[in-house]
Amino acid sequence: MSMNVTLGREDIVRLCERVEGAQTRAYAIPKLTDEYPNMTIGDGYAVQLELRRRFLAQGHRQVGWKAGLTSKAKMIQMGVNVPSIGFLTDRMARPENSAIKTSDLVHPRVECEVAFVMKKTLKGPNCTRQDVLDATDYVLPAVEIIDSRFSGFKFDLPSVVADNGSSARFVGGGRARYPADIDLRTLGVVMEKNGEIVTLGASAAVLGHPAEAIAMLVNILAELGEELPAGSFVMSGGITEAIPVKPGDSIVARFQELGSVSMRFIE
Amino acid sequence: MDQQKITAYGDELYEAWLACRPVRPLLEREPDITIEDAYQIQERFVARRVQAGETIIGKKIGATSKPVQDFLGVYQPDFGMLLSGMVYQEGDTIDLATLIQPKAEAELAFVLKADLKGPGITAMDVIRATDYVLPCFEIVDSRITDWKIKIQDTVADNASCGVYVLGKTRGDPRKLDITLAGMVLEKNGELFSTGVGAAVQGSPANAVAWLANTLGELGIPFKAGEVILSGSQSALVPVVDGDELVCTVGGLGTCSVKFSGRSKA
Repeated sequence: MSMNVTLGREDIVRLCERVEGAQTRAYAIPKLTDEYPNMTIGDGYAVQLELRRRFLAQGHRQVGWKAGLTSKAKMIQMGVNVPSIGFLTDRMARPENSAIKTSDLVHPRVECEVAFVMKKTLKGPNCTRQDVLDATDYVLPAVEIIDSRFSGFKFDLPSVVADNGSSARFVGGGRARYPADIDLRTLGVVMEKNGEIVTLGASAAVLGHPAEAIAMLVNILAELGEELPAGSFVMSGGITEAIPVKPGDSIVARFQELGSVSMRFIE
Repeated sequence: MDQQKITAYGDELYEAWLACRPVRPLLEREPDITIEDAYQIQERFVARRVQAGETIIGKKIGATSKPVQDFLGVYQPDFGMLLSGMVYQEGDTIDLATLIQPKAEAELAFVLKADLKGPGITAMDVIRATDYVLPCFEIVDSRITDWKIKIQDTVADNASCGVYVLGKTRGDPRKLDITLAGMVLEKNGELFSTGVGAAVQGSPANAVAWLANTLGELGIPFKAGEVILSGSQSALVPVVDGDELVCTVGGLGTCSVKFSGRSKA
Protein backbone atom coordinates (compact mmCIF):
# COMPACT_ATOMS: atom_id res chain seq x y z
CA MET A 1 0.00 0.00 0.00
CA SER A 2 1.28 3.42 -0.88
CA MET A 3 1.17 6.12 1.79
CA ASN A 4 1.90 8.78 -0.83
CA VAL A 5 0.51 12.16 0.28
CA THR A 6 -0.57 14.29 -2.66
CA LEU A 7 -2.57 17.02 -0.92
CA GLY A 8 -0.96 20.17 0.44
CA ARG A 9 -1.10 21.14 4.10
CA GLU A 10 -3.89 23.62 3.47
CA ASP A 11 -6.19 21.01 1.89
CA ILE A 12 -5.44 18.49 4.64
CA VAL A 13 -6.36 21.00 7.35
CA ARG A 14 -9.49 21.97 5.44
CA LEU A 15 -10.64 18.34 5.10
CA CYS A 16 -9.75 17.66 8.73
CA GLU A 17 -11.93 20.57 9.87
CA ARG A 18 -14.76 19.24 7.77
CA VAL A 19 -14.48 15.75 9.32
CA GLU A 20 -14.03 17.16 12.83
CA GLY A 21 -17.16 19.29 12.44
CA ALA A 22 -19.19 16.32 11.24
CA GLN A 23 -17.88 14.14 14.10
CA THR A 24 -18.37 16.62 16.92
CA ARG A 25 -21.73 17.98 15.79
CA ALA A 26 -23.04 14.70 14.37
CA TYR A 27 -24.06 15.54 10.83
CA ALA A 28 -23.52 13.75 7.53
CA ILE A 29 -21.26 15.12 4.81
CA PRO A 30 -20.62 13.98 1.22
CA LYS A 31 -17.58 11.74 0.81
CA LEU A 32 -14.37 13.75 0.52
CA THR A 33 -13.45 12.32 -2.89
CA ASP A 34 -16.45 14.12 -4.41
CA GLU A 35 -14.38 17.29 -4.12
CA TYR A 36 -10.92 15.67 -4.25
CA PRO A 37 -11.30 12.79 -6.74
CA ASN A 38 -7.55 12.12 -6.81
CA MET A 39 -7.26 11.85 -3.05
CA THR A 40 -5.07 8.86 -2.04
CA ILE A 41 -5.12 6.54 0.97
CA GLY A 42 -1.98 8.40 2.12
CA ASP A 43 -3.99 11.63 2.00
CA GLY A 44 -6.71 9.94 4.04
CA TYR A 45 -4.21 9.00 6.75
CA ALA A 46 -2.74 12.52 6.69
CA VAL A 47 -6.23 13.88 7.46
CA GLN A 48 -6.74 11.23 10.17
CA LEU A 49 -3.44 12.03 11.86
CA GLU A 50 -4.26 15.75 11.74
CA LEU A 51 -7.59 14.92 13.40
CA ARG A 52 -5.76 12.98 16.11
CA ARG A 53 -3.34 15.89 16.65
CA ARG A 54 -6.27 18.23 17.20
CA PHE A 55 -8.10 15.87 19.56
CA LEU A 56 -4.96 15.30 21.64
CA ALA A 57 -4.38 19.06 21.77
CA GLN A 58 -7.93 19.38 23.15
CA GLY A 59 -7.01 16.98 25.97
CA HIS A 60 -8.29 13.65 24.60
CA ARG A 61 -6.12 10.66 25.47
CA GLN A 62 -5.34 8.04 22.83
CA VAL A 63 -6.03 4.57 24.24
CA GLY A 64 -5.29 2.48 21.16
CA TRP A 65 -6.24 1.63 17.59
CA LYS A 66 -8.81 -0.26 15.59
CA ALA A 67 -8.65 -2.28 12.41
CA GLY A 68 -11.49 -2.01 9.92
CA LEU A 69 -12.45 -3.62 6.59
CA THR A 70 -11.05 -6.90 7.88
CA SER A 71 -13.48 -9.31 6.25
CA LYS A 72 -12.88 -10.65 2.77
CA ALA A 73 -16.34 -9.50 1.68
CA LYS A 74 -15.70 -5.92 2.79
CA MET A 75 -12.24 -5.82 1.19
CA ILE A 76 -13.60 -7.03 -2.13
CA GLN A 77 -16.40 -4.47 -1.86
CA MET A 78 -13.85 -1.69 -1.27
CA GLY A 79 -11.32 -3.04 -3.77
CA VAL A 80 -8.49 -3.23 -1.23
CA ASN A 81 -6.28 -6.02 0.08
CA VAL A 82 -5.32 -4.50 3.44
CA PRO A 83 -7.47 -3.38 6.35
CA SER A 84 -7.85 0.27 7.28
CA ILE A 85 -6.98 1.55 10.72
CA GLY A 86 -8.23 4.29 13.03
CA PHE A 87 -7.22 5.67 16.41
CA LEU A 88 -9.26 5.26 19.62
CA THR A 89 -9.47 7.80 22.45
CA ASP A 90 -10.81 7.84 25.99
CA ARG A 91 -13.74 9.99 24.80
CA MET A 92 -15.00 7.13 22.62
CA ALA A 93 -15.02 4.57 25.47
CA ARG A 94 -18.32 3.65 27.11
CA PRO A 95 -18.68 1.26 30.05
CA GLU A 96 -20.24 -2.16 29.74
CA ASN A 97 -24.01 -2.21 30.39
CA SER A 98 -24.29 1.58 29.96
CA ALA A 99 -26.85 3.74 28.18
CA ILE A 100 -25.24 5.22 25.07
CA LYS A 101 -26.56 8.48 23.65
CA THR A 102 -27.38 8.50 19.96
CA SER A 103 -28.21 12.22 19.61
CA ASP A 104 -24.47 12.92 19.18
CA LEU A 105 -24.12 10.26 16.46
CA VAL A 106 -25.21 10.31 12.80
CA HIS A 107 -26.31 6.75 12.02
CA PRO A 108 -24.65 4.35 14.47
CA ARG A 109 -24.12 0.65 13.80
CA VAL A 110 -22.72 -2.06 16.08
CA GLU A 111 -20.24 -4.87 15.39
CA CYS A 112 -18.82 -7.72 17.52
CA GLU A 113 -15.03 -7.77 17.77
CA VAL A 114 -12.21 -9.46 19.66
CA ALA A 115 -10.07 -6.79 21.36
CA PHE A 116 -6.42 -7.13 22.39
CA VAL A 117 -4.60 -5.36 25.23
CA MET A 118 -0.86 -5.27 24.62
CA LYS A 119 1.87 -5.83 27.20
CA LYS A 120 4.78 -5.15 24.84
CA THR A 121 5.33 -2.48 22.23
CA LEU A 122 5.09 -3.79 18.65
CA LYS A 123 6.82 -2.26 15.70
CA GLY A 124 6.47 -3.14 12.02
CA PRO A 125 7.22 -3.86 9.27
CA ASN A 126 7.06 -7.67 9.14
CA CYS A 127 4.98 -8.02 12.29
CA THR A 128 3.40 -11.50 12.33
CA ARG A 129 0.41 -13.12 13.98
CA GLN A 130 2.79 -14.85 16.42
CA ASP A 131 4.50 -11.54 17.30
CA VAL A 132 1.06 -10.17 18.18
CA LEU A 133 0.15 -13.16 20.36
CA ASP A 134 3.52 -12.95 22.15
CA ALA A 135 3.01 -9.23 22.84
CA THR A 136 -0.61 -9.57 24.06
CA ASP A 137 -1.43 -9.20 27.75
CA TYR A 138 -5.03 -10.39 27.33
CA VAL A 139 -7.95 -10.50 24.90
CA LEU A 140 -11.52 -9.48 25.67
CA PRO A 141 -14.83 -9.16 23.83
CA ALA A 142 -15.84 -5.75 22.53
CA VAL A 143 -18.60 -4.04 20.62
CA GLU A 144 -17.62 -1.22 18.31
CA ILE A 145 -20.19 1.44 17.54
CA ILE A 146 -19.21 2.73 14.13
CA ASP A 147 -20.72 5.86 12.66
CA SER A 148 -19.66 6.95 9.23
CA ARG A 149 -19.98 10.67 8.87
CA PHE A 150 -20.68 10.17 5.17
CA SER A 151 -24.25 10.32 3.86
CA GLY A 152 -25.85 6.88 3.59
CA PHE A 153 -22.65 5.12 4.79
CA LYS A 154 -21.43 5.64 1.21
CA PHE A 155 -17.69 6.11 1.00
CA ASP A 156 -14.44 4.99 -0.55
CA LEU A 157 -11.20 4.06 1.17
CA PRO A 158 -9.51 7.52 1.25
CA SER A 159 -12.70 9.07 2.67
CA VAL A 160 -13.27 6.44 5.36
CA VAL A 161 -9.62 6.58 6.43
CA ALA A 162 -9.88 10.38 6.77
CA ASP A 163 -13.04 9.84 8.88
CA ASN A 164 -10.90 7.75 11.28
CA GLY A 165 -12.31 4.46 10.02
CA SER A 166 -15.87 5.44 11.07
CA SER A 167 -14.77 5.15 14.73
CA ALA A 168 -17.32 6.56 17.13
CA ARG A 169 -17.75 4.61 20.39
CA PHE A 170 -16.62 1.30 21.80
CA VAL A 171 -17.46 -0.94 24.72
CA GLY A 172 -15.04 -3.52 26.07
CA GLY A 173 -16.22 -6.00 28.64
CA GLY A 174 -16.90 -9.63 29.29
CA ARG A 175 -14.12 -11.84 30.44
CA ALA A 176 -10.39 -11.19 29.97
CA ARG A 177 -8.45 -14.25 28.77
CA TYR A 178 -4.85 -15.13 27.96
CA PRO A 179 -4.68 -15.75 24.21
CA ALA A 180 -2.76 -19.00 24.81
CA ASP A 181 -5.69 -20.42 26.80
CA ILE A 182 -8.24 -20.30 23.97
CA ASP A 183 -8.46 -20.89 20.23
CA LEU A 184 -8.80 -17.33 18.94
CA ARG A 185 -9.58 -18.58 15.42
CA THR A 186 -12.81 -20.43 16.15
CA LEU A 187 -14.63 -18.30 18.74
CA GLY A 188 -18.35 -18.29 18.08
CA VAL A 189 -20.15 -14.94 18.35
CA VAL A 190 -23.84 -14.03 18.51
CA MET A 191 -25.30 -10.53 18.51
CA GLU A 192 -28.78 -10.03 19.92
CA LYS A 193 -30.82 -6.86 19.48
CA ASN A 194 -33.80 -6.60 21.81
CA GLY A 195 -33.54 -10.31 22.57
CA GLU A 196 -33.45 -11.49 18.97
CA ILE A 197 -30.37 -12.89 17.18
CA VAL A 198 -29.58 -10.41 14.41
CA THR A 199 -26.15 -11.58 13.26
CA LEU A 200 -23.60 -14.27 14.10
CA GLY A 201 -20.32 -15.80 13.03
CA ALA A 202 -16.93 -17.05 14.19
CA SER A 203 -13.70 -15.11 14.68
CA ALA A 204 -11.98 -16.60 11.63
CA ALA A 205 -14.14 -14.17 9.63
CA VAL A 206 -11.48 -11.58 10.52
CA LEU A 207 -8.65 -12.29 8.06
CA GLY A 208 -8.67 -15.97 9.08
CA HIS A 209 -7.55 -15.06 12.63
CA PRO A 210 -8.06 -11.82 14.63
CA ALA A 211 -4.33 -11.58 15.51
CA GLU A 212 -3.65 -11.39 11.77
CA ALA A 213 -5.58 -8.10 11.67
CA ILE A 214 -3.51 -6.71 14.56
CA ALA A 215 -0.28 -7.70 12.74
CA MET A 216 -1.48 -5.85 9.63
CA LEU A 217 -2.42 -2.86 11.77
CA VAL A 218 1.11 -2.78 13.23
CA ASN A 219 2.55 -2.90 9.71
CA ILE A 220 0.32 -0.04 8.56
CA LEU A 221 1.44 1.96 11.62
CA ALA A 222 5.05 1.37 10.55
CA GLU A 223 4.28 2.93 7.18
CA LEU A 224 2.92 5.94 9.05
CA GLY A 225 6.09 6.05 11.18
CA GLU A 226 4.31 4.85 14.30
CA GLU A 227 4.49 1.89 16.66
CA LEU A 228 1.86 0.16 18.79
CA PRO A 229 2.76 0.98 22.40
CA ALA A 230 2.49 -1.44 25.34
CA GLY A 231 -0.85 -0.86 27.10
CA SER A 232 -2.72 -0.19 23.86
CA PHE A 233 -6.31 -1.39 23.48
CA VAL A 234 -6.73 -2.69 19.93
CA MET A 235 -9.91 -3.83 18.22
CA SER A 236 -9.33 -6.38 15.47
CA GLY A 237 -12.34 -5.77 13.21
CA GLY A 238 -15.95 -6.82 12.91
CA ILE A 239 -16.65 -10.55 13.04
CA THR A 240 -20.29 -9.85 12.33
CA GLU A 241 -21.98 -7.44 9.93
CA ALA A 242 -22.72 -3.95 11.25
CA ILE A 243 -26.24 -3.66 12.68
CA PRO A 244 -28.03 -0.26 12.83
CA VAL A 245 -29.23 0.85 16.29
CA LYS A 246 -31.65 3.51 17.48
CA PRO A 247 -32.87 4.83 20.84
CA GLY A 248 -34.64 2.08 22.80
CA ASP A 249 -32.49 -0.72 21.34
CA SER A 250 -30.70 -3.08 23.66
CA ILE A 251 -27.65 -5.02 22.44
CA VAL A 252 -26.02 -8.15 23.86
CA ALA A 253 -22.94 -9.63 22.19
CA ARG A 254 -22.19 -13.18 23.35
CA PHE A 255 -18.76 -14.68 22.74
CA GLN A 256 -17.56 -18.25 23.17
CA GLU A 257 -14.99 -18.33 26.03
CA LEU A 258 -15.08 -14.53 26.50
CA GLY A 259 -18.49 -13.89 28.06
CA SER A 260 -20.73 -11.11 26.84
CA VAL A 261 -20.88 -7.35 26.34
CA SER A 262 -24.13 -5.43 26.66
CA MET A 263 -25.37 -1.88 26.21
CA ARG A 264 -28.50 0.06 25.41
CA PHE A 265 -29.13 3.11 23.28
CA ILE A 266 -30.99 6.28 24.29
CA GLU A 267 -31.85 9.63 22.61
CA MET B 1 -54.02 -37.14 -0.26
CA ASP B 2 -55.02 -40.74 -0.83
CA GLN B 3 -52.75 -43.63 0.05
CA GLN B 4 -52.29 -44.65 -3.57
CA LYS B 5 -50.80 -41.28 -4.51
CA ILE B 6 -48.62 -41.21 -1.41
CA THR B 7 -47.22 -44.62 -2.34
CA ALA B 8 -46.73 -43.59 -5.97
CA TYR B 9 -44.81 -40.40 -5.06
CA GLY B 10 -42.73 -42.25 -2.45
CA ASP B 11 -41.84 -44.85 -5.06
CA GLU B 12 -41.05 -42.16 -7.61
CA LEU B 13 -38.59 -40.48 -5.21
CA TYR B 14 -37.02 -43.85 -4.40
CA GLU B 15 -36.52 -44.58 -8.09
CA ALA B 16 -35.14 -41.06 -8.62
CA TRP B 17 -32.65 -41.63 -5.79
CA LEU B 18 -31.68 -45.06 -7.10
CA ALA B 19 -31.10 -43.84 -10.66
CA CYS B 20 -29.68 -40.42 -9.62
CA ARG B 21 -32.25 -38.85 -11.92
CA PRO B 22 -34.21 -35.91 -10.49
CA VAL B 23 -37.97 -35.47 -10.87
CA ARG B 24 -40.30 -32.48 -11.25
CA PRO B 25 -41.31 -30.73 -8.03
CA LEU B 26 -44.21 -32.62 -6.45
CA LEU B 27 -45.93 -29.38 -5.50
CA GLU B 28 -46.07 -28.34 -9.17
CA ARG B 29 -48.13 -31.45 -9.84
CA GLU B 30 -50.10 -31.56 -6.56
CA PRO B 31 -50.68 -27.99 -5.37
CA ASP B 32 -52.75 -29.15 -2.38
CA ILE B 33 -50.14 -31.43 -0.87
CA THR B 34 -49.81 -30.82 2.89
CA ILE B 35 -46.73 -31.18 5.09
CA GLU B 36 -48.41 -34.21 6.71
CA ASP B 37 -48.85 -35.78 3.26
CA ALA B 38 -45.20 -35.03 2.55
CA TYR B 39 -44.04 -36.88 5.70
CA GLN B 40 -46.10 -39.89 4.57
CA ILE B 41 -44.41 -39.78 1.17
CA GLN B 42 -41.05 -39.62 2.97
CA GLU B 43 -42.05 -42.67 5.02
CA ARG B 44 -42.71 -44.60 1.83
CA PHE B 45 -39.43 -43.43 0.23
CA VAL B 46 -37.49 -44.50 3.34
CA ALA B 47 -39.41 -47.78 3.60
CA ARG B 48 -38.31 -48.67 0.08
CA ARG B 49 -34.67 -48.12 1.04
CA VAL B 50 -35.14 -50.24 4.16
CA GLN B 51 -36.78 -53.01 2.07
CA ALA B 52 -33.71 -52.87 -0.17
CA GLY B 53 -31.44 -53.62 2.80
CA GLU B 54 -30.61 -50.39 4.63
CA THR B 55 -31.41 -49.67 8.28
CA ILE B 56 -32.48 -46.44 9.97
CA ILE B 57 -29.61 -45.26 12.17
CA GLY B 58 -30.64 -41.73 13.06
CA LYS B 59 -32.36 -38.52 12.05
CA LYS B 60 -31.46 -35.24 10.47
CA ILE B 61 -33.01 -31.90 11.28
CA GLY B 62 -33.35 -29.43 8.43
CA ALA B 63 -34.62 -25.90 7.85
CA THR B 64 -33.22 -24.81 11.21
CA SER B 65 -31.73 -21.45 10.26
CA LYS B 66 -33.53 -18.21 9.58
CA PRO B 67 -32.21 -17.78 5.99
CA VAL B 68 -33.38 -21.28 5.00
CA GLN B 69 -36.75 -20.81 6.71
CA ASP B 70 -37.21 -17.49 4.93
CA PHE B 71 -36.35 -19.21 1.64
CA LEU B 72 -38.82 -22.05 2.22
CA GLY B 73 -41.46 -19.80 3.79
CA VAL B 74 -41.79 -22.03 6.87
CA TYR B 75 -41.02 -21.11 10.43
CA GLN B 76 -40.25 -24.50 11.92
CA PRO B 77 -37.63 -27.14 11.15
CA ASP B 78 -38.22 -30.39 9.30
CA PHE B 79 -36.65 -33.84 9.66
CA GLY B 80 -35.55 -36.83 7.64
CA MET B 81 -34.16 -40.30 8.34
CA LEU B 82 -30.47 -41.24 8.31
CA LEU B 83 -29.90 -44.60 6.66
CA SER B 84 -26.96 -46.98 6.90
CA GLY B 85 -26.02 -46.38 3.26
CA MET B 86 -25.43 -42.67 3.89
CA VAL B 87 -22.46 -43.02 6.24
CA TYR B 88 -18.92 -42.01 5.33
CA GLN B 89 -15.95 -41.92 7.69
CA GLU B 90 -13.77 -38.88 8.18
CA GLY B 91 -11.04 -38.77 5.55
CA ASP B 92 -13.13 -40.75 3.04
CA THR B 93 -13.54 -39.49 -0.48
CA ILE B 94 -17.16 -39.15 -1.52
CA ASP B 95 -17.90 -40.30 -5.05
CA LEU B 96 -20.02 -37.57 -6.59
CA ALA B 97 -21.37 -39.99 -9.21
CA THR B 98 -23.63 -41.38 -6.45
CA LEU B 99 -25.29 -37.97 -6.01
CA ILE B 100 -27.39 -35.64 -8.16
CA GLN B 101 -26.72 -32.02 -7.13
CA PRO B 102 -24.85 -32.14 -3.82
CA LYS B 103 -24.08 -29.28 -1.46
CA ALA B 104 -22.27 -29.57 1.87
CA GLU B 105 -23.29 -28.15 5.25
CA ALA B 106 -21.21 -28.09 8.45
CA GLU B 107 -23.12 -29.23 11.51
CA LEU B 108 -22.93 -30.58 15.04
CA ALA B 109 -24.03 -34.21 15.37
CA PHE B 110 -25.45 -35.69 18.58
CA VAL B 111 -25.24 -39.33 19.65
CA LEU B 112 -27.79 -40.28 22.31
CA LYS B 113 -27.17 -42.58 25.25
CA ALA B 114 -30.83 -42.66 26.36
CA ASP B 115 -34.15 -42.69 24.51
CA LEU B 116 -35.85 -39.31 24.09
CA LYS B 117 -39.59 -39.65 24.11
CA GLY B 118 -41.59 -36.50 23.42
CA PRO B 119 -43.76 -34.53 23.86
CA GLY B 120 -42.52 -32.53 26.83
CA ILE B 121 -38.80 -32.78 26.04
CA THR B 122 -36.66 -29.68 26.79
CA ALA B 123 -33.09 -28.76 25.83
CA MET B 124 -32.04 -29.84 29.33
CA ASP B 125 -33.37 -33.36 28.68
CA VAL B 126 -31.41 -33.40 25.42
CA ILE B 127 -28.10 -32.61 27.15
CA ARG B 128 -28.85 -35.26 29.79
CA ALA B 129 -29.57 -37.89 27.12
CA THR B 130 -26.54 -36.99 24.98
CA ASP B 131 -23.61 -39.38 24.98
CA TYR B 132 -21.41 -37.06 22.90
CA VAL B 133 -21.39 -34.50 20.09
CA LEU B 134 -19.23 -34.50 16.94
CA PRO B 135 -18.35 -32.08 14.15
CA CYS B 136 -19.84 -33.37 10.91
CA PHE B 137 -20.69 -32.65 7.31
CA GLU B 138 -24.05 -33.37 5.84
CA ILE B 139 -24.02 -33.56 2.07
CA VAL B 140 -27.52 -32.57 1.13
CA ASP B 141 -28.86 -33.57 -2.26
CA SER B 142 -32.20 -33.10 -3.92
CA ARG B 143 -34.12 -35.60 -5.98
CA ILE B 144 -36.11 -32.60 -7.22
CA THR B 145 -34.88 -30.93 -10.42
CA ASP B 146 -32.61 -27.90 -9.85
CA TRP B 147 -33.39 -27.77 -6.13
CA LYS B 148 -36.74 -26.15 -7.02
CA ILE B 149 -38.16 -27.12 -3.66
CA LYS B 150 -40.90 -25.90 -1.40
CA ILE B 151 -41.21 -27.31 2.10
CA GLN B 152 -43.50 -30.16 0.92
CA ASP B 153 -40.99 -31.22 -1.75
CA THR B 154 -38.03 -31.37 0.60
CA VAL B 155 -39.97 -33.15 3.37
CA ALA B 156 -41.20 -35.81 0.91
CA ASP B 157 -37.62 -36.15 -0.36
CA ASN B 158 -36.35 -37.21 3.09
CA ALA B 159 -35.44 -33.62 3.98
CA SER B 160 -33.03 -33.52 1.01
CA CYS B 161 -30.58 -35.78 2.84
CA GLY B 162 -27.75 -37.18 0.73
CA VAL B 163 -24.87 -38.63 2.73
CA TYR B 164 -22.97 -37.59 5.85
CA VAL B 165 -19.53 -37.73 7.40
CA LEU B 166 -18.84 -37.72 11.14
CA GLY B 167 -15.61 -36.30 12.61
CA LYS B 168 -13.65 -38.33 15.13
CA THR B 169 -13.40 -35.91 18.06
CA ARG B 170 -16.11 -36.53 20.62
CA GLY B 171 -17.24 -33.65 22.83
CA ASP B 172 -19.26 -33.62 26.03
CA PRO B 173 -22.01 -30.97 25.95
CA ARG B 174 -21.41 -30.46 29.68
CA LYS B 175 -17.89 -29.24 28.88
CA LEU B 176 -18.34 -27.65 25.46
CA ASP B 177 -20.50 -24.54 24.97
CA ILE B 178 -22.54 -25.98 22.09
CA THR B 179 -24.54 -22.74 21.75
CA LEU B 180 -21.56 -20.42 21.33
CA ALA B 181 -19.05 -22.83 19.77
CA GLY B 182 -17.86 -21.23 16.54
CA MET B 183 -18.03 -23.06 13.22
CA VAL B 184 -15.30 -22.35 10.68
CA LEU B 185 -15.68 -23.88 7.22
CA GLU B 186 -12.75 -23.99 4.81
CA LYS B 187 -12.86 -25.10 1.19
CA ASN B 188 -9.57 -26.07 -0.45
CA GLY B 189 -7.61 -24.30 2.28
CA GLU B 190 -9.52 -21.02 2.05
CA LEU B 191 -12.04 -19.65 4.52
CA PHE B 192 -15.53 -20.21 3.07
CA SER B 193 -17.90 -19.23 5.85
CA THR B 194 -18.24 -18.94 9.60
CA GLY B 195 -21.13 -19.65 11.93
CA VAL B 196 -21.99 -20.59 15.48
CA GLY B 197 -24.21 -23.11 17.27
CA ALA B 198 -26.83 -20.49 18.06
CA ALA B 199 -27.60 -20.23 14.32
CA VAL B 200 -29.57 -23.47 14.80
CA GLN B 201 -32.80 -22.58 16.61
CA GLY B 202 -30.90 -20.52 19.23
CA SER B 203 -28.97 -23.68 20.21
CA PRO B 204 -28.52 -27.09 18.56
CA ALA B 205 -30.04 -28.64 21.72
CA ASN B 206 -33.29 -26.75 20.99
CA ALA B 207 -33.43 -28.34 17.54
CA VAL B 208 -32.96 -31.83 19.01
CA ALA B 209 -35.69 -31.11 21.60
CA TRP B 210 -38.00 -30.00 18.78
CA LEU B 211 -37.28 -33.26 16.97
CA ALA B 212 -37.94 -35.38 20.07
CA ASN B 213 -41.29 -33.64 20.60
CA THR B 214 -42.28 -33.87 16.94
CA LEU B 215 -41.38 -37.55 16.72
CA GLY B 216 -43.23 -38.17 19.98
CA GLU B 217 -46.42 -36.74 18.52
CA LEU B 218 -46.02 -38.88 15.42
CA GLY B 219 -45.24 -42.00 17.43
CA ILE B 220 -41.82 -42.43 15.79
CA PRO B 221 -39.17 -43.86 18.15
CA PHE B 222 -36.04 -41.90 19.02
CA LYS B 223 -33.59 -44.33 20.56
CA ALA B 224 -30.27 -44.41 22.40
CA GLY B 225 -27.42 -44.83 19.93
CA GLU B 226 -29.08 -42.85 17.17
CA VAL B 227 -27.12 -40.13 15.36
CA ILE B 228 -28.84 -36.77 15.02
CA LEU B 229 -27.60 -34.14 12.60
CA SER B 230 -28.84 -30.98 14.31
CA GLY B 231 -28.91 -28.50 11.41
CA SER B 232 -26.55 -26.40 9.31
CA GLN B 233 -24.26 -23.83 10.92
CA SER B 234 -22.63 -22.78 7.66
CA ALA B 235 -23.48 -21.51 4.23
CA LEU B 236 -24.29 -24.25 1.67
CA VAL B 237 -21.17 -25.24 -0.27
CA PRO B 238 -21.57 -26.62 -3.80
CA VAL B 239 -18.92 -29.35 -4.29
CA VAL B 240 -17.10 -30.61 -7.39
CA ASP B 241 -14.36 -33.09 -8.24
CA GLY B 242 -11.20 -32.51 -6.19
CA ASP B 243 -12.77 -30.30 -3.53
CA GLU B 244 -11.68 -30.76 0.05
CA LEU B 245 -13.68 -29.33 2.94
CA VAL B 246 -12.69 -28.94 6.57
CA CYS B 247 -14.98 -27.70 9.31
CA THR B 248 -13.80 -26.82 12.80
CA VAL B 249 -16.08 -26.53 15.81
CA GLY B 250 -14.44 -24.17 18.32
CA GLY B 251 -13.33 -26.04 21.44
CA LEU B 252 -14.13 -29.42 19.85
CA GLY B 253 -12.29 -30.40 16.67
CA THR B 254 -12.52 -30.85 12.94
CA CYS B 255 -14.17 -32.97 10.29
CA SER B 256 -12.75 -33.21 6.79
CA VAL B 257 -14.04 -34.70 3.56
CA LYS B 258 -12.94 -34.95 -0.06
CA PHE B 259 -14.93 -35.29 -3.25
CA SER B 260 -14.16 -36.96 -6.56
CA GLY B 261 -15.97 -37.67 -9.78
CA ARG B 262 -18.97 -35.92 -11.28
CA SER B 263 -22.46 -35.55 -9.89
CA LYS B 264 -25.40 -36.29 -12.17
CA ALA B 265 -26.89 -32.82 -12.61
